[in-house]
Amino acid sequence: MRNTVLKSVLTALLVAGATSAFAASEDDFKAAYAAAEAANKEAGSLRNQWTTTASTLAAAKKAADSGDFDNAVAQAKEAEALAKASIFQATSEKERWKNMEIR
Amino acid sequence: MKPRSAIPVASAALALALLAFATPPVAAADTVDPAADAKAFKKFFTDKFPKLKPEDFVNGPYSMNEDLHKQWEEKEQFPPYEFSLEAGKEMFSKPFKNGKSYQDCFPNKGIGIRQNYPYFDEKEGKVVTLELALNRCREANGEAPFSYVKDDMAALTAYMAFTSRGKPFDIKIPKDPRALEAYQKGKEYFYTRRGQLNFSCATCHIQSPGERIRAEVLAPALGILNAMPIYRSEWSGMGTTSRRFTTCNSQIRGVPLDPQADEYRDLEYYLSYVSNGLPISGPGARP
Repeated sequence: MRNTVLKSVLTALLVAGATSAFAASEDDFKAAYAAAEAANKEAGSLRNQWTTTASTLAAAKKAADSGDFDNAVAQAKEAEALAKASIFQATSEKERWKNMEIR
Repeated sequence: MKPRSAIPVASAALALALLAFATPPVAAADTVDPAADAKAFKKFFTDKFPKLKPEDFVNGPYSMNEDLHKQWEEKEQFPPYEFSLEAGKEMFSKPFKNGKSYQDCFPNKGIGIRQNYPYFDEKEGKVVTLELALNRCREANGEAPFSYVKDDMAALTAYMAFTSRGKPFDIKIPKDPRALEAYQKGKEYFYTRRGQLNFSCATCHIQSPGERIRAEVLAPALGILNAMPIYRSEWSGMGTTSRRFTTCNSQIRGVPLDPQADEYRDLEYYLSYVSNGLPISGPGARP
């Protein structure tokens, strides 16, 4: 029993230490957010933005405003991935739409 | 990368991969022949629903099964669009501050002309919809434009549609390469998948008319604009063609364009053209 408690405490300390060592900074967030915004802007020029990109960008900003930069960076990266998927969709659909056409 | 950020990024990557393999490789379809398109379009729907008469398609989901059709007949006894229609009639005849009215902006004083909209304006080189023409009329006479999606615009277009009831859609494509290009762009928009859900207009209205999407029965694309504007129970109010297009986009998690963006004007041109010959039935009511 004592061993188990000791192990748990040590594990918790190790996890806490590891987390603080890799905690995201405000600069990390700014870089991730800028990349996501740039990708979303490109999707906009293709007239194919997704609502989920916008809401995820907003969630990233909200997390950053509350000082939770880990979450803010994670949300910004997700937003960037969504924006890139929308760019891929718009680009591939330039020809693919013809497959659906009734002829 | 931490697990918390890895999961969403991985899910987005998976979505990308699915998109990549969602459809087979491309076949060429480069000749633009609107008349042949319209013929094939009608044939597709009449083959798919052999019991329906062509004019039944303008009743959207109410044409798709007997129970719904009965509901529609009952609804038409006291149609929910009636208040809007009355308001539109009053607004249409009321003069602007400068003494002119909508009647001065349209052929035949605006009566019985809805079936000719949208049209391709060769001077402007673009498609002009009825909603756009109404707001241009207001602005030319010193009045502020209306919102394109509901209320006043829906009331005005409801009245104009009502004066055209039974008249077949008669959309023209003039011998102008820009008109053909607008038609083709409208077609491209209709078939192009968009939004995070990866739907095109055709996904619902070509591939699945008559099927349910949650509680709704999907309308066939043939004749889909003939009943516009519509009272939708889901909206608890009236909506224009612009409202239908923008909400379709947001429902599939795509950011809607501005109402009356060129893409929507072209889309309306295409969809109206392929329904040529089917009667105007607006204003309509939908679940």
